[in-house]
Amino acid sequence: MSLAAKGMEFVDYITRKAGYENKWIILKDAETDPSYGKLPYERSVEEHISYGVINLDKPPGPTSHEVVAWVKKLFNLDKAGHGGTLEPAPAGKPQGDRRPTGGS
Amino acid sequence: MVIQFHGDVEAGKLVEALKYFTGEIYQRPPLRSSVKRVLRTRRIHEIELLDFKDRFALVKASCDPGTYMRKLAHDIGLYTGVGAHMRELRRTRTGPYREDETLVKLQDVSEALYLWRVEKDERMLRRIILPVETAVAHLPKIVINDLAVDAIAHGASLAAPGVVRLTENVSAGSTVAIFTLKGELVALAKALKNAREIASMEKGIVARTKRVLMPTGVYPRFWKTGGKG
Repeated sequence: MSLAAKGMEFVDYITRKAGYENKWIILKDAETDPSYGKLPYERSVEEHISYGVINLDKPPGPTSHEVVAWVKKLFNLDKAGHGGTLEPAPAGKPQGDRRPTGGS
Repeated sequence: MVIQFHGDVEAGKLVEALKYFTGEIYQRPPLRSSVKRVLRTRRIHEIELLDFKDRFALVKASCDPGTYMRKLAHDIGLYTGVGAHMRELRRTRTGPYREDETLVKLQDVSEALYLWRVEKDERMLRRIILPVETAVAHLPKIVINDLAVDAIAHGASLAAPGVVRLTENVSAGSTVAIFTLKGELVALAKALKNAREIASMEKGIVARTKRVLMPTGVYPRFWKTGGKG
């Protein structure tokens, strides 16, 4: 299987995992040079962390901001963020929702 | 979420309320919010009543990003005439992520890091961290050739000749994910044309780069600079 075919297989795989389907319009046949870049699943652990996302079950209590700070510290990262909710808990109640935390 | 009503509600009235709040709804962000407090519309795609006992209703809603669920619970209270508030909320899905085997606890993260750093075993860490590409799996996609990659990584707009393939759901104005042929995420962009139009274009800009994820220099620089040298 060609490198581009493997790359496209990966994209289709993660899309299916998320519950979606890619309906492709293919414009041209193209190959990709193996001497730069790499298949996402062939990254080193360090690269995997840098280009990584964690689907994190946030415990109720701490804010998503605090949890991001902990994860950052655990990994010794200088950059991490979260894609979460806008629900600001005005009553100060603990919330058991989850947000993915991405390190970069 | 769990909605707690402040008075007795008939099941029929509750079902009617949930039906009323399905589709386009108006919401003004609450006093304490991180966005501007102007009336805006959000779409509730679906609300399902999972359980109803005494003054508590367990509902599952699928909605647009930025919908205030606490507000929705409050409004359902107004509609039923007895008042209500949100008692508990659990996010079961966001974008491409779900409550599935990829959902990990903070302890798992800490354990995986220990195994990697101390025991030199990276398997758990590789399992709990997902490639960044998974975060955009739900978006329309454009795949580009090697020649276009570094220009996009520098923030340039995507021109038609760089496009190798794209998904049918690319539409003018939509956020799209730009991938290399190896399946690496390069950037997020705003499409300027629909998929069919892009497919028939031989030149011109097809998408404006909004957020670059790939560092420059991963792919060689094929584009020419103006002027000398």
